[in-house]
Amino acid sequence: MLEPALSPGERTGIIRDGVAVGVATGAYGVGFGAVAVSSGLSVAQTCVLSLLMFTGASQFALAGVVAAGGAPMSGAATALLLGTRNTLYGLRMAPLLKWGGWRRVAAAHVLIDESTAMSVSRSSTEGARLGFLTTGVSVFVLWNLSTAIGAFAGEAVGDPRTFGLDAAVGAAFLALLWPRLKDRRNVVVGVLAAVVALSMVPLSAPGVPVLAAGGVAVLVGVLTKRQDPTEIPGVDDVAGGHR
Amino acid sequence: MWTAILLACAGCYLLKLAGLSLPQRVLAHPTVERVADLIPVALLAALVAVQVVSDGRSLTVDARVLGLGFAVVALLLRAPFLVVVVGAAVVAALARLV
Repeated sequence: MLEPALSPGERTGIIRDGVAVGVATGAYGVGFGAVAVSSGLSVAQTCVLSLLMFTGASQFALAGVVAAGGAPMSGAATALLLGTRNTLYGLRMAPLLKWGGWRRVAAAHVLIDESTAMSVSRSSTEGARLGFLTTGVSVFVLWNLSTAIGAFAGEAVGDPRTFGLDAAVGAAFLALLWPRLKDRRNVVVGVLAAVVALSMVPLSAPGVPVLAAGGVAVLVGVLTKRQDPTEIPGVDDVAGGHR
Repeated sequence: MWTAILLACAGCYLLKLAGLSLPQRVLAHPTVERVADLIPVALLAALVAVQVVSDGRSLTVDARVLGLGFAVVALLLRAPFLVVVVGAAVVAALARLV
């Protein structure tokens, strides 16, 4: 079936929205850079995370677990568990984007919250691809630039407590979680997970409580039957997406 | 540290590629989909809690709680991410000065 081509106006609109999200998201890469360095990662390690891992919540998680004194591998495991979210996005996006071969291999790298949110609602493959690429590429470029800036700034600051950078990490996680809290069951899961994690803190090695909280997700997922309306992020759920 | 970072980077990329490559019927099992969907919610909530009221081995309440309080108010007011994060840091830093 032939889809109608995008009009020049539609193309401009999609590109403008994608770049706006890139700018807004890129801006908080400064926060990641500063937080990661104050967690004990080197500037090089921080920049490699943004270049190669390139999925904000997982990056913050790795830094956060390391900051709390957790083993690097606990941080990696938490990052991977959070990264499974992108697999769900991919399954949802594949029939829309219809890419194969090297294009799919390249596109996978910029498959993140923002690129999904800005293309999942497009009605044509052309529109979805354009939204996905403009958002994904502009976030990638700006996120990496701002990570480097934040990393060098964080290094200059030294002790994370000086400018409250340790408090910024919790706020960042809450902001990442926020769009999902529109759903009442997610609020219950979040509260249970927080209680489980905190009760594990005195009992286990740093990094383990967060992984243990993942058990709450398994339990609730097995025991409940309802689908979650907030599963795939919408335009309103990403920085710079709403006006 | 480098080993953990590079392994996690490779793993996160493969998770993305798997999403674009796996057959759609993977999603057909509702329990798998629900669990995968709830994992980020549980992990992020746990990360918030551990970041704000623990110092690694024990629970403690300090200026970070005030920072988180600011973040909640800012998010309720639909403030942008950067305002939420920077504001929380500033509030915690100011609280420590007092």
